[in-house]
Order: sequence, then structure tokens, then C-alpha cells
Amino acid sequence: MSAGAVPIEARARTASGPAPLNRPNLRARLGRMVLPVYTGLVVIYLFLPIAVMIAFSFNNPAGHQNITWQGFTVEHYLSVWGRPDITGPMITSLAVALVSTVLATTLGTLMGLALTRYEFRGRGLTSTLIFLPMASPEVILGASLLSLFVSVGVQRGFLTILIAHVMFNISYVVVTVRARIAGFNRTLEEAAMDLGATEWTTFRKVTFPLIFPGILAAALLAFALSIDDYVITTFAAGATRTFPLWVFGVSRIGVPPEVNVLGTLIFVVAGFFILVNVWLQRRSAAAARSRPT
Amino acid sequence: MPRRFRWTVPYLFLVPGGLWLLAFFVVPMVVMASVSLQQGSLAQGYAMTFNFGIYAETIARWSSQFLRSIEYAVIVTVLTVLIGYPMAYTIAFRGGRAKNILLLLVILPFFTSFIIRTLSWKLLLADNGIVLGTLKEWGLLDSGFRLIATPIAVISGLTYNFLPFMVLPLYVALEKVDPRLIEAANDLYASRVQGFLRVTLPLSLPGLFAGSLLTFIPAVGDFVNAQILGSPDTTMIGNVIERLFLSNNDYPQAAALGFILMAAILAMVLVYARLIGSDKLTTG
Repeated sequence: MSAGAVPIEARARTASGPAPLNRPNLRARLGRMVLPVYTGLVVIYLFLPIAVMIAFSFNNPAGHQNITWQGFTVEHYLSVWGRPDITGPMITSLAVALVSTVLATTLGTLMGLALTRYEFRGRGLTSTLIFLPMASPEVILGASLLSLFVSVGVQRGFLTILIAHVMFNISYVVVTVRARIAGFNRTLEEAAMDLGATEWTTFRKVTFPLIFPGILAAALLAFALSIDDYVITTFAAGATRTFPLWVFGVSRIGVPPEVNVLGTLIFVVAGFFILVNVWLQRRSAAAARSRPT
Repeated sequence: MPRRFRWTVPYLFLVPGGLWLLAFFVVPMVVMASVSLQQGSLAQGYAMTFNFGIYAETIARWSSQFLRSIEYAVIVTVLTVLIGYPMAYTIAFRGGRAKNILLLLVILPFFTSFIIRTLSWKLLLADNGIVLGTLKEWGLLDSGFRLIATPIAVISGLTYNFLPFMVLPLYVALEKVDPRLIEAANDLYASRVQGFLRVTLPLSLPGLFAGSLLTFIPAVGDFVNAQILGSPDTTMIGNVIERLFLSNNDYPQAAALGFILMAAILAMVLVYARLIGSDKLTTG
């Protein structure tokens, strides 16, 4: 990032003329610093709890409560794997997130395609049906599902959690995929058709590659929402414990540092995937720029 | 596919997802409404008695928690605008090459579990924790001063947790604003403040609307922040619904409360959708 900042700085200097140090200019430059500095402070604010989480994953607490700094240790990074009471719920969470992501991404992408590619009766109604779950507080989604499960007499567990997660993820997938489809040029598809491609070939060779980044982004979002969900899951879970449910359950007696370890690891893995994604996007953008036109 | 069946294509695409939403979103809402009108107990079973009186009873009993939730959610929404707008503005207009990185920095903290994040806030706000403990040691604060278990703690937790829901839609709206429009305003002798108030701000209103909905709605129904950071005096309506459903098993009353909250929010959303069009809400 610092390598990228240098040329911008240099450009700004040449643009603002050869005498950057006279008074009004200095004031203007300080004035221009306010927003970036402010943004930096907000970023720090956003990362404060994360920093606390990471720091306390290295803490060596005396008792149950991992709330005051006692000493540095990496012991919990090893001991966490021998605690099935923590890794068990984590595995449940991962399984729910994986399956619900696949299902919701498939169902949501199809809906997104229908809404952007076709004119049909009932569009408005469909849009509303997709929008409403996002406009409902999670506690209502969870409570209404619980009402259904109790009324029908279903045993709550893994399957009901899965049902709930697919439900709340579909809308987010549709919105993400739709934004991507709406953003690209339809003439590309028309060109393919003009050149004799069938509808299916056009979809396979033109439409799908173009909307794929949107589908990927939607899947990432669905996964993140699913693995993190507490509120809806608590209503749908019965006796099954996902990771957030387990953490909330023990938070009254004291959260063991192993929880911070898993939280840190998830954070690092997610950060890694996102950075790789950004790097790939930048690379493909750079490749597109250097390609002869 | 033969030409005369072409019209079925969009419906085929919609059916699987649509049925899922119908079965696990619409039907549960109807069931919840029906449960609210039933009477009985978990042990003896429930019978439909069309007990509409429960609504008046429920509103009377929990009105203070209802009002408190709305009050907190309004404050949270205003705070997220105040914190988030300058940030979204900076990323959109001044981000340059760092735009994507900055957006990532906004989202990245939220890849950590909601519960763990909120528990970390509890640590930060603790009576003798990192922040308050230090300030007390320096003598800057009275030793009896506390944040945890106060409305401030709950509101700060909610603000933190829902900030990205405000920043992202604001950014999307601001990013679409053509900088040439602002230049044009400046060329026509508008000051920078006037240019902002009369060009940028009106053009960012859709983002502000969307962000307010996305922040207000989860905030008004949240119970995690109030439970972890608050006290019995900061109980929100979400806490009541959760407790009635999961601890007390008082399904009719819990369902009635849920239905009232949903109806209130739905009314609000419909007014919003009328104002800016529901299509805009789902396309961003």
C-alpha cells in the first residue's frame, strides 16, 4: 500500500503547483487531511474488538474468566484441538454453512437470473417476497420458524437449522447476483446470439463467466452470514449447538481462550480469502488494461 | 425448448427458491399469527380461540420495552449516519487506488463471530477494563464510573455491530455520484458546502434510506447486545420475545409480540418502498 501511495502523493504535489509551503496552501493541505485521518480512526475503532479477541487468544488466564491480562502463551493454539466440546459445535457450524451456502447460492442465482433476464407477470410480488426476509428482524424470522416447527411437531436440530439458514441466505444471494447482472452490458449476449450461438451456449460462454464473480461474492456472503448466525439459529436449534450458540452459552461462566483462538483463526482465514480475491480482481483488471484494443 | 413454452422459463427459475421462501418465511408468519390467537399450555396443547384480546394485553404489558427498543434503534441509526457518512464519502471520493482495501477494512471485522465481537466490547467497556481501568488509574474518571450494564453500553454495541450496514449502502450511492456534477456546481460559484448540500447529499439519499432501514430493523429487534452489555433496565423487545419463546414457553404471548413488531416494521417498510420503489431496494 505504501508503494502505491507514493505516486499519488507525487501527482498531488505537481498538480498543486511548485510552491506547496505558503500558508493558505498548507491550511488547504491540512484541511484535506481531516477526512482521511477520520476514516483511519473509524477503521481503528472497527478493529478494536478484533484486536482484543486476538490478544486474549494469547492470554494465560488463571481461572474461568479470560478477562484480565495474565501472561503470554501460545498453549491454547495447541490445546483447542483436544477440546471436542469446542470443535464439535465448530464442525456443526461449518457443515451448516457449507450446505446452506451451496443450496442458497443455487436457488438465489436462478431467481436473480429470472428477475433480471425475463419479463413476466408477478415480478413485483417476487421482488417483495425476496426483499421482506431482509427487512424482517432476525428475532421475528427465528420466532416464526419456531412457531411453525412447534405447530407441525418437528424435532428441532441440524435439519431445521439448515432450513432456516437457506431461507435467510436466499435473499442476500439474489440481491448480490442481481447487482452484478444489472451492471453488465447486454449487447455482449446479443453479439453472441447474432454470431449464431444458441441461448444455452451464450449463457455458458458469455453470461455465466460474466456473472461468476457476483455468484462467488454471493456465496462468500452467504457463508459468512451462516457461520456467524446466532439469533435465528437459537430458535431453530433445539439441543444442537453451533459455534456461536456454544460461545453464548458459556459466556456466562467465562469464555475459555480457545474460543478466541478459533475466532482468530476464522478471522485470519477469511481475511486471507478476501485478500486473494482482491488480488485476483486487480490482476485481471490489470491484464484487461494491458490487452491491445 | 419449444418456442411456445418459453414463457415458463422464468417461472422454472423462480419455483425452487420461491417455494423455499413461501414455506419457511410466509407460512411461518401465518402460523405465528395463528399461534398468537390460541390459548392453552405446552403440556395440555393449544386450541384456537381467536383471542384477539391478547394484543391489547401484550401491548400494555410490554410497552416500555417496545418504546425503549425504538428509542435505542433511532439513536443507533443516527449515530451510524454520523460515523458512517464521512467515512463512506471519503472512500467514494478520496479512496483512489485504496478504495477496495478500505471497503475491505470496513467488512473484515465482521467476519468474526457477532457473539465474540460483542463479548470483546464487553471486555473493552468493563468497569476496570482496558479503557475505563486506565482512565481511572490516571484519575480522569471517578472509580465508581461504569459503562457496562448502562444504555450507553447497549447503544454503543449496537452501533458498532450495525455500522457496516450503513457504510456500504452509503458508499454505493456516493460512488455513483458523478464528480463532474460537483465541479459544475463549483464552477457556478457554489461553495464546497453548498455543492455538498445541494448536489452530493440529495444524490446520496437512496443510500441513506437503504442504510437506515438496514440499520434500524436489525437494531430494533436485537437482543444479543442488550443481553451481553446491558442490565434488566435495558431489556429490549427482542429479549422479551426470546425469553417468552425459549425460556417461558409462553407461545401465544411471544407470537403476539413478534407479530406486533413485524407489523410495525412492515408498515414502515411499505411507506419507505412507496417513497423510493421496492425494485430499487433489492438492486441496491
